[in-house]
Amino acid sequence: MANTMQFDLVSPERSLASLAATAVQIPGADGDMTAMPDHAPTITTLRPGLLKVEAPEGSSEYLVTGGFAQINGDSLSVLAEKAIPVAEVTRAHLDELIEDARASHEAAKGGDDQTIVDDAAKLLADMEALGTHMSL
Amino acid sequence: MPSLKDLKNRIESVKSTRKITKAMQMVAAAKLRRAQESAEASRPYAERFNAVMAGLAASVGGSDSAPKLLRGTGSDDVHLLVVMTAERGLCGGFNANIAKLARAKAEELRGKGKTVKVLTVGKKGRDALKRDLGDLFVGHVDLSEVKRLGYSNAQDIAKDILSRFDGGEFDVATIFYSKFVNVVTQIPTAQQVIPASFEDEAAGDDSGAIFDYEPSEEAILADLLPKGVATAIFSALLENGASEQGARMSAMDNATRNAGEMIDKLTIQFNRSRQAVITNELIEIISGAEAL
Repeated sequence: MANTMQFDLVSPERSLASLAATAVQIPGADGDMTAMPDHAPTITTLRPGLLKVEAPEGSSEYLVTGGFAQINGDSLSVLAEKAIPVAEVTRAHLDELIEDARASHEAAKGGDDQTIVDDAAKLLADMEALGTHMSL
Repeated sequence: MPSLKDLKNRIESVKSTRKITKAMQMVAAAKLRRAQESAEASRPYAERFNAVMAGLAASVGGSDSAPKLLRGTGSDDVHLLVVMTAERGLCGGFNANIAKLARAKAEELRGKGKTVKVLTVGKKGRDALKRDLGDLFVGHVDLSEVKRLGYSNAQDIAKDILSRFDGGEFDVATIFYSKFVNVVTQIPTAQQVIPASFEDEAAGDDSGAIFDYEPSEEAILADLLPKGVATAIFSALLENGASEQGARMSAMDNATRNAGEMIDKLTIQFNRSRQAVITNELIEIISGAEAL
């Protein structure tokens, strides 16, 4: 069994990472999932959150928003609308995310679909927790 | 017959024009390299995105539950033409070619009795189309303040287009831009973005794997289709950026060469006139001396 897989992280503006990874934790729309080599082929959309990459050379983290991940048995591509290495994330980035989450929460409140409101509220809480987690 | 002074002034003026065009050419060459780099950097994303979308669209596309962005509204009476051009001129036929293509398409659609609406991106296209299609303009995106094109610019344009689509303002959207082939060749292109079509890429997606989808295929498709519009617009903007600089570079190269030729011609004319004046003076002196 192969113990690494090809991992690619691309955003529209540039390709951020292309390396052999042992495990990648993806913030999927339906919850976090960790993909390891020989994972069943899956396509999942992303929610804003942290993408953690474990590689033999060490691990790295990226803040990703919007997009999707395509998992094949031996490769994993993450296409994110915005992806920033955690080291480069500033409070301003996070504020933007929180602002977006708040806006969608406000917009959802106007509607009558309770699940959407709950989802938006959760996203907002997640984003705020993220800031604490990264001690920004 | 222009006087010697006129000629001299003329030569000086053409020389300074040549300096300007030469400088513009070099600036365009530097910008072209940057534009090409960002166009290349964006390619992997667009390619993979389209490959996945093609797979999704093929499996969901036929059903009635497919999102409106893929299926269309069921009619094609109102067309939105998104004409993307540069903010600046002096780049050869770049802006004119895109405008010409858009104008031809608008005429064709109007001939068929469809309603046409025009959204312009970039000042030059707006100016070029104002006379013929001015009454069809529904909006304008100004990018003159943008130093470096980012994905967020494309997202803003896409958001604008999508909100118009959701508002039922049009049925079909086509973007017009120039595809960059090389410095001397840019192909004006029309690409339909709504309803989305991924036919070209469908053939390339032969990974054969059967994917699990999380959430459902429909939900993913509905989530990704608006992003597809933004991606298409972003690639078009970058292609346009590279094309603009390429077109400007070759136009300015030509202008520099023409200025050089003109200077040579004027210099010969100047020297001849000078010679004629000298000869004239000599004749006058000699004939004056002989008369004594």
